[in-house]
Amino acid sequence: MLEIRNLKAGIDGKTILKGIDLTVNAGEVHAIMGPNGSGKSTLAQIIAGREQFEVSSGSVKYDEKDLLELAPEERACAGIFMAFQYPVEIPGVSNSYFLRSALNSQRRARGEQELDAFEFLTFIQERMALLNLHEELLNRPVNEGFSGGEKKRNEIFQMAVLEPQLAVLDETDSGLDIDALRVVASGINSLRREDNATIVVTHYQRLLNYVVPDFVHVLVDGRIVRSGDQQLALDLEEHGYDHIIAQAA
Amino acid sequence: MNSETEMLREYAERDYQFGFVTDVETDTVPAGLSEDVIRFISKRKHEPKWLTTWRLEAYRHWLTMEEPHWANIEYDPINYQDIVYYSAPKSSADGPKSLDDVDPELIATYEKLGIPLHEREKLAGVAVDAVFDSVSVATTFKDQLAAQGIIFCSFSEAVQEHPELVRKYLGSVVPRSDNFFAALNSAVFTDGSFAYIPKGVQCPLELSTYFRINAAKTGQFERTLIIADEGSCVSYLEGCTAPMRDENQLHAAVVELVALNDANIKYSTVQNWYPGNEDGVGGIFNFVTKRGACRGSNSRISWTQVETGSAITWKYPSCILQGDNSVGEFYSIALSAKRQQADTGTKMVHIGRNTRSTIISKGISAQWGQNSYRGQVKILKKAEGARNYSQCDSLLIGEQCGAHTFPCLDVQNSSAHVEHEASTSKIGEDQLFYCQQRGNSLEDSINLIVNGFCKEVFRELPMEFAVEAQKLLEVSLEGSVG
Ligand SMILES: Nc1ncnc2c1ncn2[C@@H]1O[C@H](COP(=O)(O)OP(=O)(O)OP(=O)(O)O)[C@@H](O)[C@H]1O
Ligand SMILES: [Mg+2]
Repeated sequence: MLEIRNLKAGIDGKTILKGIDLTVNAGEVHAIMGPNGSGKSTLAQIIAGREQFEVSSGSVKYDEKDLLELAPEERACAGIFMAFQYPVEIPGVSNSYFLRSALNSQRRARGEQELDAFEFLTFIQERMALLNLHEELLNRPVNEGFSGGEKKRNEIFQMAVLEPQLAVLDETDSGLDIDALRVVASGINSLRREDNATIVVTHYQRLLNYVVPDFVHVLVDGRIVRSGDQQLALDLEEHGYDHIIAQAA
Repeated sequence: MNSETEMLREYAERDYQFGFVTDVETDTVPAGLSEDVIRFISKRKHEPKWLTTWRLEAYRHWLTMEEPHWANIEYDPINYQDIVYYSAPKSSADGPKSLDDVDPELIATYEKLGIPLHEREKLAGVAVDAVFDSVSVATTFKDQLAAQGIIFCSFSEAVQEHPELVRKYLGSVVPRSDNFFAALNSAVFTDGSFAYIPKGVQCPLELSTYFRINAAKTGQFERTLIIADEGSCVSYLEGCTAPMRDENQLHAAVVELVALNDANIKYSTVQNWYPGNEDGVGGIFNFVTKRGACRGSNSRISWTQVETGSAITWKYPSCILQGDNSVGEFYSIALSAKRQQADTGTKMVHIGRNTRSTIISKGISAQWGQNSYRGQVKILKKAEGARNYSQCDSLLIGEQCGAHTFPCLDVQNSSAHVEHEASTSKIGEDQLFYCQQRGNSLEDSINLIVNGFCKEVFRELPMEFAVEAQKLLEVSLEGSVG
């Protein structure tokens, strides 16, 4: 589904990603871990199409398409979703209006009928229950005044509504209380299907107890230095990055 | 005396010297302004003598005034002797014969705005048959209004039919000597609207909803007077979202509102005059004086405006809060794109006790647009317990545009409560990316963010108008990013 080959990228002349290789197939869950500033969010945003990052070499293929050629909204319509590490506030735009506009753009792109306000509300009821989301959050401006945890939950709610094929979740677990973590994790799990895939960026093994990954990758200074299964995350938790880096060197 | 004024006087005198003779049969006068031109206009409109004198006095005062240049706008000097001050309305026979003869760009914009087909013809000035939907609709509503004693007609008609009301209130809110453009308007105004709502009557429909298409050709020096008698209530809509072109560059309108005890006036404007092209060529200069007097106690005047057109906008709808407990409100969205310049805001003058005012101003600048908010809150000595809340927000789209705020506060009563909040923000790359990542196109993303920014003002507009205004902002911002 996603095939990244020798990706090098940076910003303002500074190199951040120094040659990433990553293959994600349908049905898989990949976890990416790594120290602060190692380039995890950069990778996520390049997949989503943030233009401020310059790709200097390498390729990113998505369903046989050259992903780097597509605008962010084209990628979204092709099924790519990113949950932001820092969700953005959009004052004055209600959460439900925002989401309906997004959903309808995607439906239009796929040649499907747009949903009117009533159909949309019916459609999202069940997704809201899934995320245990308060009706009130729906009518408030996007992320404005949301608590840290509410923002993260709102990201996964959006994902539940947009039903992406490839979801990249950037530290969605940070800032969630224990109950919220469980709710969000079960939300993510219930959206898993044979034909979609998830990349979770996280610092904590805790999330991976709920969302069990098929692969764990350790990103250090712009490179994936180790890949393994769930055990790797447990080792990391126990020994820290230094140990892994030393081993890799 | 400054040279400009001198020049004007010279011109005026020269005209006189040449012994310009008025010919009542012709439909236009030569360019230029003089007492004779004013007499001609007045005579042509069969005005009573007092009004002719009123105009002439305004003109004489205007000659002593200077064009104001304190606003944050730039333009080449206006030659007032180049302007034709009177021409009778063109007959529809001069207009295009069908929509096929109309500028395709205009038609494209109508389409984007979702203007119904039959209205497009009217807007584009196509000669249409007398049997026309909105005409019969209009008469029906006129009857309905008359049944309640509401007067709603053109200003000229009011001068003929209700001279006592016109005489009593004309110039009572905006005196002839108020400012340069108001004085000019008082001397040469040609037509406009007049409304009178009798005591205790709640006007059953939004005035001009059904008439605004017909009123599209309003002329260069428009005069509007609205009087809400005790306990009455009216909502008035001015303008229209369709782009209006006009061969006249200078527009100087005056609008006066009078609210007596317990009366309520809501005045909503959507202004979309031709803004000129990308290089700043063409476009209307819109120099308007709008003011409302809350003369009675517990009265309320509310201005809501969406200003997207004109090359230059110079406009400060204001409220004089004379009556105790009276309320003034100003809700504004002003958009400057291309080379547009807008200097707009409001003035709230608190005179009576416990008077309250609210100012919500939203300025949007894109491309090379320059947007200035200029507001004054004045609380006089006797305005015990007065309150004001002002909020001025600016949104910038792109690097070349600008936003400026010039708030001015004058508080003479220590019991007054005044609050001012201001913010300037840029549409952030992160906000756009967030919207796009969810599937919205760049343009939809900008529209989402702009609509969110303007929400508090849209909320004040009558429903149908709000939807149109939202569309209008979208169309006006098209191509402003990317
Ligand atoms: N817009 C930017 N301008 C300059 N430097 C940037 C920018 N974005 C990221 N960087 C730098 O790139 C490096 C990688 O950042 P990135 O956000 O990808 O790290 P991360 O692995 O997600 O870290 P964390 O675990 O703290 O979220 C950091 O050194 C960061 O300072
Ligand atoms: Mg990060």
